[in-house]
Amino acid sequence: MSSRLQNILVPVIAVLLGVLVGTIIMIITGYDAVAGFIALWQGAFGDSYFFGETIRQITPYILAGLAVAFAFRTGLFNIGVEGQLIVGWLAAVWVGVAFELPKIIHLPLAVLAAAAAGALWAFIPGFLKAKYRVHEVIVTIMLNYTALHITNYIIRTVLSEKSDRTESIAESASLRSPFFESLTDYSRMHWGILIAIICVIIMWFILEKTTRGFELKAVGFNQHASDYAGMNVKRNIILSMVISGAFAGLAGAMEGLGTFGYAAVKGGFTGVGFDGIAVALLGANSPIGIVLAAILFGSLKVGALNMPLQAGVPNELVDIIIALIVFFVAASYMIRLIIKRFGKKGEK
Amino acid sequence: MKKRKFGFALSLALAAGTILGACGTSNDEGQGSDKEGNKEEKPFSVAMVTDVGGVDDKSFNQSAWEGIEAFGKENGLEKGKGGYDYLQSQSDADYSTNLNNLARQDFDLVFGVGFLMEGAIGEIAAQQKENQFAIIDGVVEEDNVASILFKEQEAAFLAGVAAAQATKTDKIGFIGGMEIPVIERFEAGFLAGVQAVNPDIKVESNYSGAFDKAELGQSIASKMYSSGIDVIFHAAGGTGNGLFKEARDLKKKDPSRELWAIGVDSDQTAEGIVNIDGTDHNVIMTSAMKRVDNAVIDLSTKAKDGNFPGGETIVYGLAEDGVGLAPLNEELENKADIESAVADWTDKIKNGDLTIPETTEELKTFKAE
Repeated sequence: MSSRLQNILVPVIAVLLGVLVGTIIMIITGYDAVAGFIALWQGAFGDSYFFGETIRQITPYILAGLAVAFAFRTGLFNIGVEGQLIVGWLAAVWVGVAFELPKIIHLPLAVLAAAAAGALWAFIPGFLKAKYRVHEVIVTIMLNYTALHITNYIIRTVLSEKSDRTESIAESASLRSPFFESLTDYSRMHWGILIAIICVIIMWFILEKTTRGFELKAVGFNQHASDYAGMNVKRNIILSMVISGAFAGLAGAMEGLGTFGYAAVKGGFTGVGFDGIAVALLGANSPIGIVLAAILFGSLKVGALNMPLQAGVPNELVDIIIALIVFFVAASYMIRLIIKRFGKKGEK
Repeated sequence: MKKRKFGFALSLALAAGTILGACGTSNDEGQGSDKEGNKEEKPFSVAMVTDVGGVDDKSFNQSAWEGIEAFGKENGLEKGKGGYDYLQSQSDADYSTNLNNLARQDFDLVFGVGFLMEGAIGEIAAQQKENQFAIIDGVVEEDNVASILFKEQEAAFLAGVAAAQATKTDKIGFIGGMEIPVIERFEAGFLAGVQAVNPDIKVESNYSGAFDKAELGQSIASKMYSSGIDVIFHAAGGTGNGLFKEARDLKKKDPSRELWAIGVDSDQTAEGIVNIDGTDHNVIMTSAMKRVDNAVIDLSTKAKDGNFPGGETIVYGLAEDGVGLAPLNEELENKADIESAVADWTDKIKNGDLTIPETTEELKTFKAE
C-alpha cells in the first residue's frame, strides 16, 4: 500500500512543483501569475468550445502515451511513436480518400489501416532488436525522419498532384461528429475519444489479464530470467513493438480522420508522439495514469493558447511548466526522499 | 502510519480542489465584465494568427504583424482585446483553435497568415458567419473571407536581375522553403530575372523542406558558396536566417571574398551586418519584399470603412506597391548599373509589357525582350 501510494503521490507532487516553479517564473519575469492561470483554466474549460478542443487534444495524447508505455513495460523505449503516428495518419487518410464504402465498413477500415501502418513501422525496430540486437532507440529515431519524408513524398506525388495536402476524406470515413460539434459549439471534438478509452481498456486487459501480457511484462523485468523460464523473448520483443506501434498509428488516425480530415505536407514533427513520452512518464506507464496525464497535458496545451490574449502571458510558459513537471517526475528519487522524511517525522 | 499518509494525500487533494475552485469562480466574473466592456464602446478591432514561425520570424509573420501594429496605432487602438492582437500557433492543430478563439473574442477582422491556414479558415468562416476573415497567401471561397495573394514573381524577378548583374562567377543559388505554389512563384520569377539578363548563368535551386530550420539553411548555403556560387536568394522564412549566418561567417573569415545573400519578404538588411576590424560591412545585397504589411493595412482600412471585399481575391503586385525590391547595398561595385536595370524592368512590368512566369512550367516558354 505504501509504495502504491507513493506511486500516486510522486506524479501529483511533481505536477504541483511544476506549477509552483512556473508561477515563480511568471512572477519573476513580471507577468501576472493569477491572471495567467485563470486564462489557462478558461482556455481549457472556460466554455463548451474550449472543453471540446481540450478533449480533442487529449485523444491522441492518450494513444501516444499508451504506445510509449506499452513498449516500456516490455523494457523497450519506443521513441518512434512520432513516426508511427505519421504513417498511421497517412494510411488512415489514404483509405479515407481512396474508397467509397458505407460508413460501417469504411470507418473501421480506415482506423484499422492506421493501426496496421503504425504496427508495421514499429515492426522494423522490433525485428532488428530481436534478431540483431540493434538498439531500438536509434532505429526508431531514424525511422521518425524516414516516416516524415516518405509521407511528405507520397502526399505530394501519389495522393495529390504536387499539392501540399490531400483531398479531404470521404464523410463515411470521418470520425467527426455533428452531435459533438453542436454540443461544443463547433469544436473539433470527435468520436476518437471512445476509441482511445477502448484502447486504454485493451492495454489494461492485455497486460493484467492474459498470459501473453504476463510474458511481456516478464521480459521487461528480466530478459534472461524469462528466457530461462522458457518464454520466447524475441517474439515478445517484436510483439510488444507491434502493439505499441498500433496504438501510435491509431493516434495518427485521430488526427487524420478526426481533427484534420486530411493529411498535409509537414515541415516538422507534430510533437504528439514526443509528448506521448512525457504522458507515459507522468502516468507511470499505467493505463489509468496515462489517461490522467493526457488530460493534464491536453488541457495545458489547449489552455495555453488563450494565455497571450487574455493575460498577456506568452504560451511558451506552459511548455516550461510541462518541462518542469517532466523534470520533477524524472527526479522522483528526490521526491521519494522527501516523502520518506515526511513520513518518519510523522511517526515520531 | 498508513492513515497519516492517506491524510496527507487527502489534504493535498483538498488543497488542489480549493485552488482550482477559486480559479473557477473568478473566471466567471472576469468573463462577465469583459463582455460588458465590449458592449459599451466598440472600436474596429483586428487580430491575426501566425503560423509556427511566430511574429519575430524576421519575415512573413513579422511583416503582417507590423502592418497590424501600424493600423492599430493609426486608429488609436490598444494592444489586447477590443484593439489589435495576435495569437501564435505552435503546431498545425492550433490554427483552428486560435482563429476560433479570436473570432469568439469579437475581433472584427481576423487574419490567417499563410497558406497552411486555408483549410482552417474555410471551415471556421462557414461556421462563424458573422465574423470577417482574411487569408494571406491562400484562397478561401466564402462570403466572409477576403483572400490576399501577391505577385511574388515580380519582386523575385527584380532580385534575379540584380543577382545576375552582381555575380562574378556566373553561378547563382536559390533556397526555397517548402515546395508550395507561393515559393514556386519566387523561384520562377527569380530564374526569369536571371535569364533576362544573361541566359548563360547557372542557377542552382534547393528546397529545404521547412520554413523554420535555420541550421538546414546554413548547411545548404555552405555547400552552395563552396561550389563557387556567389549570390544566393532565399525564399524560406526562418530557414533563410541560416543563409545569412553562413554569409556573415564567410565574410568575417575572408573579408576580401565577394559573396551576397538576398533577403525575402521584408527588408532584411539588418541581418547581414558584419563588423570587420571596426568597420561595418553588409552581406545582404537587397531583399525581394512582399509588403504583407501594406496589404494588411489596406484591407483593414477597407473593412473599417465598411468596404470589406468578402469573397474576393485581391492580388497585390508591383503596380499596387504590394511587392518590390529593397534598396541596394552600398558596397556593390556596379550599384548604379544594377539600379538603372532594375528601374527599367520595373517600368516594363508596371506598364504591363511584361508578364512574369508564375511557375517553372511557364518559365520554359518565357522570353524577355
